[in-house]
Amino acid sequence: MDESLGQIFVITLLSSNFVLAMFLGLCPFLGVSGKLETAVPMGIATSFVMLVASLCAYGLNWLLGYFELEFLRLISYIVVIASTVQLVEMAMKRFSPALFRALGIYLPLITTNCAVLGVALFQTARGYDFGQSVAFSLGGGAGFTLALVLMAGVRERLKLSDIPGAMQGTALSLMLAGLLSLAFMGFGGIGVSR
Amino acid sequence: MSEHRTGIPPADITGSGRLVATLGLVTMICGALIVAVWQWTLPAIAANKKVVLERGVKALVPDAARIVEYDAAADGIRPAQGDPAAGAVRFYATYDGEGRLLAIAAEGAARGYADVVRVLYGYRPACECIFGIRVVQMKETPGIGDKIITDAAFVANFDGLDVSLAPDMKSLSNEVKTVKHGSKKFGWEIDAITGATITSKAVGRGINDSVQMLLPRLRPNLEELKREKGSGK
Amino acid sequence: MTASTKQITNMEQLLEGIWKQNPVFVMTLGMCPTLAVTVSGFNALGMGVATAFVLVCSAGLISLLRNFIPKEVRIATYIVIIATFVTLVDYIIQAVSLALYDALGAFIQLIVVNCIILGRAEAHAAKNPPLPAVLNAFGMGIGFTIGLLALGCVREILGAGKLFGVSLFGASFQPWVVMVLPPGGFFVLGGWLLLFAWWAKRKESNHG
Repeated sequence: MDESLGQIFVITLLSSNFVLAMFLGLCPFLGVSGKLETAVPMGIATSFVMLVASLCAYGLNWLLGYFELEFLRLISYIVVIASTVQLVEMAMKRFSPALFRALGIYLPLITTNCAVLGVALFQTARGYDFGQSVAFSLGGGAGFTLALVLMAGVRERLKLSDIPGAMQGTALSLMLAGLLSLAFMGFGGIGVSR
Repeated sequence: MSEHRTGIPPADITGSGRLVATLGLVTMICGALIVAVWQWTLPAIAANKKVVLERGVKALVPDAARIVEYDAAADGIRPAQGDPAAGAVRFYATYDGEGRLLAIAAEGAARGYADVVRVLYGYRPACECIFGIRVVQMKETPGIGDKIITDAAFVANFDGLDVSLAPDMKSLSNEVKTVKHGSKKFGWEIDAITGATITSKAVGRGINDSVQMLLPRLRPNLEELKREKGSGK
Repeated sequence: MTASTKQITNMEQLLEGIWKQNPVFVMTLGMCPTLAVTVSGFNALGMGVATAFVLVCSAGLISLLRNFIPKEVRIATYIVIIATFVTLVDYIIQAVSLALYDALGAFIQLIVVNCIILGRAEAHAAKNPPLPAVLNAFGMGIGFTIGLLALGCVREILGAGKLFGVSLFGASFQPWVVMVLPPGGFFVLGGWLLLFAWWAKRKESNHG
């Protein structure tokens, strides 16, 4: 099945949004979406790690396929992705302290985020080639950031409103996410029909 | 690291040799475990996959006695081994009890409304047509997208869908096309379901893409497939 | 650690995860699989059992190795161990039921990053002998499965009018389709949490 890069990007950004349609990366989504000013760097940092993970997974999958060691896929994905993120973090600290200050505190949190491993696993399951993998991870990262920013915007407003006691906290966040997800369902079928 | 300035007294820091040894040992145990279970489950998984495949193909070709898997690559047709190589199309040749070719089944996939829609279609060489489909996988909206299975009028589209090759044998004489509900005129058109156009189109596109790849490779080698290898004769 | 926490019986170890610290309803952990695969009771049960298996096995092994693993590499070791058991579960599910495997898809492998498992390894298994560690993990696993079932059954009943694939209502039932679609996952979990919060509040006010 051939899909153009633009198609993949738009579909993963909107109609199969990582957070709102595939439920990936929910912990940071609910945890960090309280304020807009943290949501944006968190989203960017996650997108970056997703891109790194996608590249690692592409290379690893080729390597494992070459040696016919597919049964080690999961274990090597998680170990390699975690170590690479760590390496990137160290390199960033050394060469670009400003960037490290902006994103660094989020990086360790992200390594074991579903969305990051999800990118790697889904691109493998769908048999994407190199370009498609990159488009998929960029779309996924952008979609995560979009969902995070939307949610943060809504939650900042909600702080000013009077919410019934039992509804406060996670229950409300989930209901909101449900509404956002419902809205994103309207994008269904975008970029498909020809 | 020379500039180690943590508050931990040196006695508390485990030597790096020990760290590497621990990790190495744990990884080795884990690797051995994985390989053992992989070996152990391999036959069961293969058997499961075979059952699922046979059930799917037999639903299309009920009188198939044997199903043989082939890969159609750009340079010819060969018996399937493992997963199909990149660019190759996996297809299933079905034979009756005497080893005569009944029909060919293959899979087409395209993105629908929610996710990928995968369909298995049956192709009969005699009429150069598709005679039926079976949805293998889809996550379309229940009650809307799943009409591609339940809607009798839609399913009837695939009884005798024209996929004849053009004289140059490189592509179909007419592309399989999904058209708006009620406007089907030709044998190669699929009448879409009202309200489920995107899913209907995905089915048409999946079949078209797969047939366009498969048939030009299949037709020149059809004679070879007419009799099951290793039987009859 | 006070004396009272040391006196926890095995039964309490088991019950802790099922009720008091239920991973789904009380701690809201491991949400990705919770929401993504609970479109039916059968899927929820499969996912719950798979997660419980990984929880119990990794807790057991980590607890056995707890004095042997240097603390500098403990997280790395835990992740390797967890990934191993997830790979095993992945193959076992394929061998048992391909239908279940297709329904759960990549979410089986995503058990690796389920916070419950690493959290239990770090907070409990690494500090306790094997028996209580396994019991505690088993309780957590049951608690997680119950949580998933609560979601999966509600979504299946409302969204498809079925329970474990058996039709409950007559043909005239018009399914509430959105419940088996992604937004339904958020709504049903939100609803359960709301119910729990309301109940906790009521109990509190009755006492006070």
